[in-house]
Amino acid sequence: MNTLTPSQYLPETPPGRHFRAEKFDVGSFFFSGLTGLATLFILAILGVILTNIILNGWSALSWHFVSTIPKKDFFDAATTGVLPMIVGTTIRVFVMTIFVIPVGVITAIYLTEYAPNTSIITRVIRAAVNNLAGVPSIVFGLFGLGFFIHFIGKNLDTLLHHPSAVWGQPALIWAALTLAIMTLPVVIVATEESLKAIPPGLREASLALGATKLETILRIVLPQALPGILTGGILAVSRAAGEVAPILFTGVAYYMASLPSRLSDQFMDLGYHVFVLSTQSPNIDQTRPLLYATVLVLLILTLALNIVAILIRARVRKKMRALG
Amino acid sequence: MGIHRGHRARPLEWLAERFIFLVSLSTILMVFLIFLFVAREALPIFFGGANTAPLQTVLSPEAMNQLSPAQLQAYLELTPQQFATLDRESIQALLQVKQEAQDEIPAQVRSDPDARVNTVEWKYLLGPHQWSGYDKPEYIWQPVGQIQKYNIIPLLVGTLKITLIGLLFAVPLAVGAAIYVSQLARPRVREIVKPAIELLSGIPSVVVGFFALLILASVLQKIFGYPVRLNAFVAGCALGFAVIPVIFSIAEDALSSVPQAYTQAALALGASRWQTAWQIVLPAGLPGVFAAAVLGFGRAIGETMIVLMVCSASVMSWNIFDSARSITTTIAAEMAEAVTGGPHYRILFMLGALLFAGTFISNLIGGVVIQRFKLKLEGKR
Amino acid sequence: MADISLPKITATATAAAGPSARPLIQIESVSLYYGASQALKTISLPLAEKVVTAFIGPSGCGKSTLLRCLNRMNDLIDNVRIEGSIRIGGHDIYDRDVDVIELRKRVGMVFQKSNPFPKSIYENVAYGLRLHGLRNPAALDEAVEKSLQQSALWEEVKDRLHSSALGLSGGQQQRLCIARAIAIRPEIILMDEPASALDPIATARIEELILDLKKDFTIVIVTHNMQQAARISDQTAFFYIGELVEFGPTGRIFTNPTQKRTEDYVTGRFG
Repeated sequence: MNTLTPSQYLPETPPGRHFRAEKFDVGSFFFSGLTGLATLFILAILGVILTNIILNGWSALSWHFVSTIPKKDFFDAATTGVLPMIVGTTIRVFVMTIFVIPVGVITAIYLTEYAPNTSIITRVIRAAVNNLAGVPSIVFGLFGLGFFIHFIGKNLDTLLHHPSAVWGQPALIWAALTLAIMTLPVVIVATEESLKAIPPGLREASLALGATKLETILRIVLPQALPGILTGGILAVSRAAGEVAPILFTGVAYYMASLPSRLSDQFMDLGYHVFVLSTQSPNIDQTRPLLYATVLVLLILTLALNIVAILIRARVRKKMRALG
Repeated sequence: MGIHRGHRARPLEWLAERFIFLVSLSTILMVFLIFLFVAREALPIFFGGANTAPLQTVLSPEAMNQLSPAQLQAYLELTPQQFATLDRESIQALLQVKQEAQDEIPAQVRSDPDARVNTVEWKYLLGPHQWSGYDKPEYIWQPVGQIQKYNIIPLLVGTLKITLIGLLFAVPLAVGAAIYVSQLARPRVREIVKPAIELLSGIPSVVVGFFALLILASVLQKIFGYPVRLNAFVAGCALGFAVIPVIFSIAEDALSSVPQAYTQAALALGASRWQTAWQIVLPAGLPGVFAAAVLGFGRAIGETMIVLMVCSASVMSWNIFDSARSITTTIAAEMAEAVTGGPHYRILFMLGALLFAGTFISNLIGGVVIQRFKLKLEGKR
Repeated sequence: MADISLPKITATATAAAGPSARPLIQIESVSLYYGASQALKTISLPLAEKVVTAFIGPSGCGKSTLLRCLNRMNDLIDNVRIEGSIRIGGHDIYDRDVDVIELRKRVGMVFQKSNPFPKSIYENVAYGLRLHGLRNPAALDEAVEKSLQQSALWEEVKDRLHSSALGLSGGQQQRLCIARAIAIRPEIILMDEPASALDPIATARIEELILDLKKDFTIVIVTHNMQQAARISDQTAFFYIGELVEFGPTGRIFTNPTQKRTEDYVTGRFG
């Protein structure tokens, strides 16, 4: 029989040869290095932005700064503060979560637990969620203006016989609702991810004991999914806190004499304040430190939320591995 | 006996299921409503309802009787409901007001040959026109003054310029990093780098815009030495920063979904990690990476604050070192000044509708590509 | 003992007359289809009360599928169609107006891979009880203790009832799942290869447990381990590619089978 041995078609390997590389693989090294550099570059950008803002903003940051309501002249260092902006940002985000978390969690439950995979409606719902995720933030602003303010708000005023516009104008509630629609996909995706991570064996065990599907979801599945839902909520909050475009027409104001107290009030906002000051202040050198401090407050807020969400997610993943 | 009761025994359960289903359907409703209400404000433009020419054929109040109610209503630009509430005297008063407004137009404008142009007609929205005072046909977006120019071409060009620069900057970096993190890096490194890049997406775009405005613009000016400090190039780079995390996470996810079996087979044959990544994983994961770029494009087009803070002037030019206005920044910057219901307002909404349609399509494409890609991977298993 | 107050299903209660009690579970001409492919082919099988019946056969022969029909867990799978009837205590469980939830209270299941809830040991056992309305803490305590004793786990966990169930070993977790299932006093317990993921010592304990449980419960167990079937079951059914080949007293099946296929399987010629 004629059997082909490896030495007949591969180059000769001298006996006693160690498994060392023949020559240095330049190509692999070069391209691996290139991609590594790309990664490093991205991280460097992150580092530069963060460092720059922290270094420049730290000096003007103080307890007084974050707890004072400023007078109209924002640049008087003695009386300036960002409290109303912090309050405005926080309240609008808080009202948003009241709407977005229930709707997002319920939709995610439907998609994971109830929706038949082959149904067209399921696919359409998923497509709708994906599309919501891709809509530009300014379009949400336009939607808020055209739907909430000019349609719902205006009709509400007519219904309630208001002589002048109360709901038919930019307001906290409309901005919060607009943000809720905008961040809905974030909550849905995070909740779905946590629901899918629960092993199906748990659901089967519950059903085999005579629980209904709803009981299984409420007693077994949801409690397990809570950290994931929390992550989704935090990510939604962080995203909404930093967004300015959707609130431009739906409720933000540059200066309000008092803190917002009703849902129909307008509000100040950290991001918006930064935007207005950076693009419209006459003497940028004078305003520089205060601007940086304001930016720093916004950054601390959003980054802290993001880091908390990432940490929760990492802990949940570890726990799930123990379960599965 | 005990086991006979059927689902009728649990009405609460049935009700809860229906409720859950309805809430989920609301997502479809939302997408639909967004498009509906944005387009609704813009619709009159599409149906030729508005006329922005400062000089129009004026009807005197005396001529009122010669016109049909429908003609009067159209001339006064009122809705049927509003027209129905007016009595004869009110109509006369309105006609009077309109005539006086016409008389108040300064002589300069009267003599301007463009004074009779309805600037929201499609040929003016899209095509170049030689306006008085200019020596050749130009594309101009200048919605202020008596003769408002609404050509949207400079906005489209601006959007494309900035977006393309952003993608040119972001795609190689993000995809390169995705390859590194999913294929080449040690697991320890992966665990740190992935969340770190995700953190970049946690920086609000206002902050990135702020950074670009204050620092990046000056730095790039020192490097490249262009005359205009705040231009499309700076905006594009900053936009790239913001888009990198989006492209990175989708591309990394796609590359990681390529079955381990392929990687292990290649490595077992003696390929290096790079060769495996470049020759096996990347081609297999290409649709996913492509989808990442498409979705990054959609995100870049929709970005507002960064470009708004960096650029301000609307200049029609392909030069990347000139300033530029994108569709999003125009809407954001000018909506506050636009009269509700007026032509400027409606054109801005029209731009919004266009933007929505554009991102809708690009997201659809990206989504379909990813779905097909994932199905192909599962089918192969 | 905690009284759940459900009317019991017994074969004798539904027997019209006559000395021989009707079987508790009557499977008649049952066929099951996943889409177009047929997984079970007209199976007819009587299962007696308070007896351990084993379903044996090579992989893919349909024994687990048939088991899951008995508590309608197959309802959870898309695209499944069932013909024929399965009567438990005289009632066809696939009847239109049967409440599946009620059925599953009477027919419990223990799975191949133990699946305790990520709760405490106590809460795992109490889950089914709470589900069906038992709230009195003293009654719950008593029921939990009784179940854990009956599944031979009480001595090992009585001092840490409120610690996480996930901290138990594989064998302990499976006994916990058994305790959880018997806590609600089903008449029938279905076991789908309960010991296949366990080491020999843990397996032996489960087998001991089953022999003990059959005093109070009717048990149907699917196993791919013939020796196990021989050790613990009273009746054995041998399945092959969706068909019931032979059914009878365990002793006879293993020593004197009437079908050649049965003989080939039990002597290890295939499977």
